[in-house]
Amino acid sequence: MKKTRLILEDGTVFYGQSFGCERSVAGEVVFNTSMTGYPESLTDPSYRGQILVLTYPLIGNYGVPSEITENDLFKFYESDHLQITGLIIADYSEEYSHWNASESLGQWLQRSSIPGLTGIDTRALTKVIRERGAMSGKIEFDGEPIEFTDPNKENLVAQVSTSQKETYGDGSKRVLLVDCGVKYNIIRHFLKRDTTVIRVPWDYDYSGESYDGLFISNGPGDPKMCVDTIANLKWAVDQDKPVFGICLGNQLLALASGADTYKLKYGHRSHNQPVLMKGTNKAFITSQNHGYAIDDRSLGDEWETFFVNLNDQTNEGMRHKTRPIFSVQFHPEASSGPTDTEYLFDEFLNLIDLTR
Amino acid sequence: MSNKETIRKVLVLGSGALKIGEAGEFDYSGTQALKALREEGIASVLINPNIATVQTSEGIADKIYFLPVTPFFVEQIIEKERPDSILLAFGGQTALNCGIQLYQNGILEKYQVNVLGTPVEAIIETEDRELFARKLRSIDVKTPRSIAVTSTKEAIKASGELGFPVIVRAAFTLGGQGSGFCNNEEELKKLAEKAFSYSSQILVEESLKGWKEVEYEVVRDCYDNCITVCNMENFDPLGIHTGESIVVAPSQTLTNNEYHKLRQLSISIIRSVGIVGECNVQYALDPESEDYRVIEVNARLSRSSALASKATGYPLAFIAAKLALGYGLHELKNSITKTTTAFFEPALDYIVCKIPRWDLNKFIGVSKEIGSSMKSVGEVMAIGRTFEEAIQKGLRMVGQGMHGFVGNNDLDFPDIEKALSEPTDMRIYCIASAFQAGFSIDKIHKLTRIDRWFLVKLKSVFDLKQELKQFHTLEEVPTETFILAKKKGFSDFQIARFVLKDRGNMREKMLQVRDFRKESGIFPFIKQIDTLAAEYPAQTNYLYITYNATESDIIPEQDNRSVIVIGSGAYRIGSSVEFDWCSVNALMAVRKAEYRSVMINFNPETVSTDYDICDRLYFDELSYERVMDIIELEDPKGVIVSTGGQIANNLAMPLFKAGVNILGTSPDHIDQAENRHRFSSLLDELKVDQPRWQELSTIEEIHHFVEEVGLPVLIRPSYVLSGAAMNVVSNHDELDMFLNLAARVSKEYPVVVSEFIQNAKEIEIDAVASDGEIIAYAISEHIEFAGVHSGDATMVFPAQKIYFETARRIKRISRDIARALRISGPFNMQFLAKDNDIKVIECNLRASRSFPFVSKVIKINFIELATRVMLGIPTEKPNKSAFDLEYIGVKAPQFSFSRLQKADPVLGVEMASTGEVGCIGENYYETLLKAMFSVGYRIPEKSILLSTGDARSKLELLESARMLNEKGFQLYATRGSALYLHENGIPATVLYWPDEEKQPNTLTYLREKKIDLVINIPKDLSKTELNNDYTIRRTAVDFNIPLITNARLASAFIYGICRPEEGIKIKSWDEY
Repeated sequence: MKKTRLILEDGTVFYGQSFGCERSVAGEVVFNTSMTGYPESLTDPSYRGQILVLTYPLIGNYGVPSEITENDLFKFYESDHLQITGLIIADYSEEYSHWNASESLGQWLQRSSIPGLTGIDTRALTKVIRERGAMSGKIEFDGEPIEFTDPNKENLVAQVSTSQKETYGDGSKRVLLVDCGVKYNIIRHFLKRDTTVIRVPWDYDYSGESYDGLFISNGPGDPKMCVDTIANLKWAVDQDKPVFGICLGNQLLALASGADTYKLKYGHRSHNQPVLMKGTNKAFITSQNHGYAIDDRSLGDEWETFFVNLNDQTNEGMRHKTRPIFSVQFHPEASSGPTDTEYLFDEFLNLIDLTR
Repeated sequence: MSNKETIRKVLVLGSGALKIGEAGEFDYSGTQALKALREEGIASVLINPNIATVQTSEGIADKIYFLPVTPFFVEQIIEKERPDSILLAFGGQTALNCGIQLYQNGILEKYQVNVLGTPVEAIIETEDRELFARKLRSIDVKTPRSIAVTSTKEAIKASGELGFPVIVRAAFTLGGQGSGFCNNEEELKKLAEKAFSYSSQILVEESLKGWKEVEYEVVRDCYDNCITVCNMENFDPLGIHTGESIVVAPSQTLTNNEYHKLRQLSISIIRSVGIVGECNVQYALDPESEDYRVIEVNARLSRSSALASKATGYPLAFIAAKLALGYGLHELKNSITKTTTAFFEPALDYIVCKIPRWDLNKFIGVSKEIGSSMKSVGEVMAIGRTFEEAIQKGLRMVGQGMHGFVGNNDLDFPDIEKALSEPTDMRIYCIASAFQAGFSIDKIHKLTRIDRWFLVKLKSVFDLKQELKQFHTLEEVPTETFILAKKKGFSDFQIARFVLKDRGNMREKMLQVRDFRKESGIFPFIKQIDTLAAEYPAQTNYLYITYNATESDIIPEQDNRSVIVIGSGAYRIGSSVEFDWCSVNALMAVRKAEYRSVMINFNPETVSTDYDICDRLYFDELSYERVMDIIELEDPKGVIVSTGGQIANNLAMPLFKAGVNILGTSPDHIDQAENRHRFSSLLDELKVDQPRWQELSTIEEIHHFVEEVGLPVLIRPSYVLSGAAMNVVSNHDELDMFLNLAARVSKEYPVVVSEFIQNAKEIEIDAVASDGEIIAYAISEHIEFAGVHSGDATMVFPAQKIYFETARRIKRISRDIARALRISGPFNMQFLAKDNDIKVIECNLRASRSFPFVSKVIKINFIELATRVMLGIPTEKPNKSAFDLEYIGVKAPQFSFSRLQKADPVLGVEMASTGEVGCIGENYYETLLKAMFSVGYRIPEKSILLSTGDARSKLELLESARMLNEKGFQLYATRGSALYLHENGIPATVLYWPDEEKQPNTLTYLREKKIDLVINIPKDLSKTELNNDYTIRRTAVDFNIPLITNARLASAFIYGICRPEEGIKIKSWDEY
């Protein structure tokens, strides 16, 4: 394996061996502490523009599942292809073992033109990011120099969103899904619940569409880049239809309601984020992947905090005090991660039943 | 829901003596529970006869009763103490079973004792397999198809429905006792019969052999909030008990879907059962699909939860205790980060590997095969950032002379295929041999069903070994290859063996590799276990060492204020929780003296590996290499080697030679005591007597020496091929047989032969000396005559039945030796006394097994004293003597023969017990009975079988038999014993020997449980015969009938149960 380096914006260099595509790339370096689910994470559009560091050292063990589809969606991926810019791990398993695998992680990365480095002290790297914050970085191969970039200055959502309206399923409830980089498991969850999902681009004007409930998806980058989505949402929250947002959807809803968002130092990317439903003793373990958060203090009078993070007290969701509108910062659809909050899909559909 | 405001006094049930299936993990869990109570200001009362535990030490529980954990005793303690609440989940199956009985007998209700945590009804439901399976089915959770039966006939019928192979499981037992696989009706019949002796209900189940085995540790609070703290995957697939399996955490071959599907099921299960606290769910997972079965749920802290706790840094037992008091998980803090919440699931950024430790070689006749019931006596946990690093570390930690996965000489598997498909304790090493023999991964997978992922990783270790073997000097090895070897967990020794080859002094070669490595700038790094994979800073120093890193998480101060205490490693026969107590007390004394306490240990079942017990914990190897690595990183004031048993003690000389400051007695003097020749000349100089012995290297010399001293003799080979390492031979035939079978005698491997003195008392002294002057001592005696290993003997302190003159002489000899060896610290000596003749048989300049026992009986902490001495702090002689004690202590061994199929349950010079208890009472017999009841003996209801051995034993037991007869017991005896009793006017019914197919037969009576106590005294001291007596002893064990095999112990016990009723006093430790 070729010796290659990861260079951080602050000058720190880590050396590792390349096991993916041998191509220099630049992006924002973030870490994820989950111990399973690399095929899901790597295809999660929210990682667009990011060089992903996995803190769990042994990666590739169960290979990569095949590209079979179900309901026109890849069954085992969260989008149609790898979304990350690069992958950094500690101990790669070229030989994999699983009945459902069809190729190795390295083969998949190579096929998808994504570089991967192994043999890196990912714990040391994580501590750098923890202390100095998420920062730009690059994987650089000899003789192929590349500049640092800050993907958060781009409209990443536009890059990952669908380009045209698409419809899935034929259930009795019509969910209009604004795709800011939706994970397929969100669509799968709706389809399991007697719905028709109308997936529209991030900047789509849906005021003329007929739907029973509006869903705002997860997605990459700074929510403030999604000016059109926010404008459309401002209209939607004044309607009587239920609205449900996840992750970026939570932040967009906040911005539409007049509240503010800010960038976290190094974000939440893991399967073990504890959230508490505010005002109760109900706590949930959640899967998360976000770098921005709602500023709780900026919530308007009509709105209230729904969930808080038990580790750092940041906002994990908001809801309207009177209307059927709520959103969460975490991922109830999991994939990858714990499935404790899947019930929120049922709650959303119950709201649709109540308002239809 | 319990209201923590109203809880004032809580009774905690301990788990009693360490036994196979229930070991040190419950000292850890009980200790944490008691700490949680103390933090809340709630009074605690602990019942646990295991005197060597940390939980039964001062300052942990408010009141301690060294009494049996049985309803009979617990009720009396409840009556006396009137606790308002009770905790049942922290003392293993023993505490749980006792709690269920207390509940069912209405005792808890009578005294209005509230069960904290999981309700008893829920526990009962999980323990009844059929009820529980039904419950799981009702929430759509799959369990193995199984049929509960109450007779062997029904079991056979059930197997017809399920088809062979089937698995048999007994309800309400420890670690799978009475369980196993059956391939046909014959096997089923046999196993079912045995299982019914433990339990009135057994289950016949579909076999899932070869499926992956995965466990989850699940926690739930009274608000219904749930987390899974950890999952674990067994390296060995289903079919091998999880206690017998190599286990990794987290799972390695499960996809996200599989991981979270099983996680979600675990949460559904804990919710439906209604557990408040912790439970463990074990799954079988189809390796070819996502199909699964729930195979076991333990509604209490378990061995796996102790492992999960150490593997993740999540203090499961502590949190479970807080939850039982009524806290919510979100209301508690993560004790590692101190800022984040306890409601979270640890993210690991390393892999841990647990490997069982077996001691099957210690037993005669035992089957080496491992399967669905547990035989291992301890375990190790290794941490690394690659699987290869963790497993190679772990295999060394097990401590049976292995150097890792490869590089082990003298392993010979004549039939590799068989050794792979019929697993024994050696299977992992056979995989290396299989690679050597050219077996493919697929072939090994087919034979073992071990997942290919693990095999591929092991193959890479093997391949690297082959690569290293091509070099002949260290300089030839490319640096990258050298580093890779270290990253894959190769020790300096392994590298030396492969590169420098296996000739000459391997120790020197190992040191050569070490020097070369350091010159090449190849050093290991310190990493922290922090529960959140570095997402938040950790506030504790829970550490491991790895080569898979480029920087250390912490940089030790190197300010000369650190004191390293070397731990005791895996629990094994001969070294167990007592040395953990010593280590923990040494750490506390170091802390008290305001030094930084640093622990090195790798046993997940211990309190010494709780990160709050010391300032820095290195969860790592106790090899010279690793300990030196840590010493070089720490630059400590010094190292304490005398509180961690023999593993630690063995490091004294090598560390000393490397210039390390060993605190306490000088390593040269330690060697003088350890080295047989040097010690012998010292004794001669001091004019102290010892049994005659010689080190001999030819058969002729041995015969010649035996002529001179006479039989019996004690033989210790220095090289053991099979069977026991040490044996007593009583006649020439045995001598020849033993020398032929067990030992290869040569100049290189000499044999030590000692005179064996019969009918001598064995006396021990445990003491602490400062600069050669004894400052505290305790003299104890064994009830059994010498010949029974001191770890298996029943010990009385203060010695009650020795001459005053004997005690005086022992004191004088000890004083002389302490002076001569300039002892500073703990030491132990063993003596033989016959008439007033005293001979020294052993001297260890370290803490011994009995240190916690004597310390707690005399109420002087010998380890604290010793540690102060070793730190150079001026220490006064305690103003107290054993002669002032108005009570006595008895320490009794716990055997686990019932777990060790076919093993001969007889005592000899090799230790066989797995644990012990120590009780305190006002007189000899009361205390003896407390201790014996604590290890499972009971007053026989009616019938006693006597088979009384040789003439001397017969005489010894005559008076006992008479007392039993007068008390109205029905005596049965084998022919010779019955005849002897008749001649002496005592009626006894003759039962035929097992091989005489005549009725009434001993075997029938045992199997039909017509006997309540078996006294079977072996005729001579050798352990080699497997005859009628063996059959009687083994059957007694298999049918759970109390057995005594020593005449002196039997007569003391019988005297105790026959003497006029004085009753057993219910008194706590502080009332003595």
